[in-house]
Amino acid sequence: MSNRFLNSVTIVTIGLSILIVSSFALFFMNTNALLDFWRKGIRVLVYLEPQATEANRLDLRYQIQQMENVQEIHFISKETALKRLKDQMRNHSSLLENLKDNPLPDAFEIRIIDTSRELTNVAALAEKIKSLSQVEEVEYGQHWVARFSHIINIFRFIGYAMGGLFLFATLFIIANTIRLVLYSRKEEIEIMRLVGSNDRFIKTPFYIEGLILSALGGIVGLTALFAAYRFVLSKFHSSLSLGLLEIKFLSIEQYFLFIGGSMLVGWVGCYLSLKQFLKN
Amino acid sequence: MKIVDTALIRIFNVSKHYGSKPALSQISLEIFKNEFVFFTGPSGAGKSTLLKLLYLGESFTEGQVLIDGMNLARISKSRAHILRRKLGIIFQDYKLIPGKTVFQNIALVLEARGMGQRLIQKKVQSILRTVGMEDRSRAFPLGLSGGEQQKVAFARAVVGEPKIILADEPTGSLDADAAENIFDLLTTFHKRGATVLFATHDTSLIRNTRHRIIHLKQGHLQV
Repeated sequence: MSNRFLNSVTIVTIGLSILIVSSFALFFMNTNALLDFWRKGIRVLVYLEPQATEANRLDLRYQIQQMENVQEIHFISKETALKRLKDQMRNHSSLLENLKDNPLPDAFEIRIIDTSRELTNVAALAEKIKSLSQVEEVEYGQHWVARFSHIINIFRFIGYAMGGLFLFATLFIIANTIRLVLYSRKEEIEIMRLVGSNDRFIKTPFYIEGLILSALGGIVGLTALFAAYRFVLSKFHSSLSLGLLEIKFLSIEQYFLFIGGSMLVGWVGCYLSLKQFLKN
Repeated sequence: MKIVDTALIRIFNVSKHYGSKPALSQISLEIFKNEFVFFTGPSGAGKSTLLKLLYLGESFTEGQVLIDGMNLARISKSRAHILRRKLGIIFQDYKLIPGKTVFQNIALVLEARGMGQRLIQKKVQSILRTVGMEDRSRAFPLGLSGGEQQKVAFARAVVGEPKIILADEPTGSLDADAAENIFDLLTTFHKRGATVLFATHDTSLIRNTRHRIIHLKQGHLQV
């Protein structure tokens, strides 16, 4: 088998592994950004009992304002709420025309400090507010945010597992390719030893070769990822972006991190096969 | 006493078995500094095996071998290069690397020792002149005749200025002229101070020699 063919196969297989691992990374990066974007939109709505008085309202406002993680609090009277509802349902205004009483409750809208948007913090705050008197209900879109987070966590777990699997696959591929190269040059290595070469002198070119192959494999994989990213972006941009969120590619740091990771795996692959080969 | 002091290679009761088959049995001998020794005997007598033990190409089953103060039984595979840098080895099948040029094949010995490129250039050119191959430095081994390949192999063996030259049937595949050429080169380097161990079954080379001849037969020394 010629070295050129072996090298090409190695670069392509490393490229494929890197493509798969980096695709997962890109997917998580963007879903995390999406989740974060949604989290930023979280408002806690506190609905008041219908019999709550002006004094109760002021007291509640004061108590909530004193709580940790609360950035801003707005009062939305039931009249404002109805007006907003009517605005939103302008096309179906007939549905609300015959209302005698305003069925909506008074409410507070609370914005949370940026750093406290973890779901558990929001849940704890909601629980605390709910225990106050004159509070009927507290809502923050808990159900769908929790469900989405759960799905992302499952994906993340699968991603780690797949990443780990492909890491080992890459390691195995590199180790075996180097082993094949070593076997194809067995006689040459034996001659080098006979003329007084030490192991380091013999190993160095293989390490350099392994590092170059894995770096090239990494570049091939990430280039393929970029091409796929551009393709997806051009085809599905409008439906995926939700008009607000941009689908991002790896940053330059992440790009080099992947190349570096690929080279590290290449180095370890070389190390393993050289250690075994030179022992024999 | 003086002779014992200058013994460069000491072999004590060395035996080598391949499975249950003995290749060498109870060999003991001493080779002195700047000696030229022929090892002769029919094929399978153990000449090549004995030389292989000396450059750690094979391990011996029992006995002791000392070369220039180094105990071969105690040299690990990763430290074999320390011994091999004292040796220049010539093989019947030349063992040149086909993908490297004549120059690169010879330079390899010096590169492995960490020598600078300028000095390597100088030394390789000089040895190529000595063996009469200066105009073939860019040729690849497979483009050379057998005699030329053996000259290159010889140049590679001596370029590192080894104390000991081990020549394992170096003329076995060559015609009479080429064989004589190699023999003359070995004689030249012997005169310059190298100790030469020459394994051959070619009786014409040893007919009129004044050097020591060690006969081997079925793995035993013949006195």
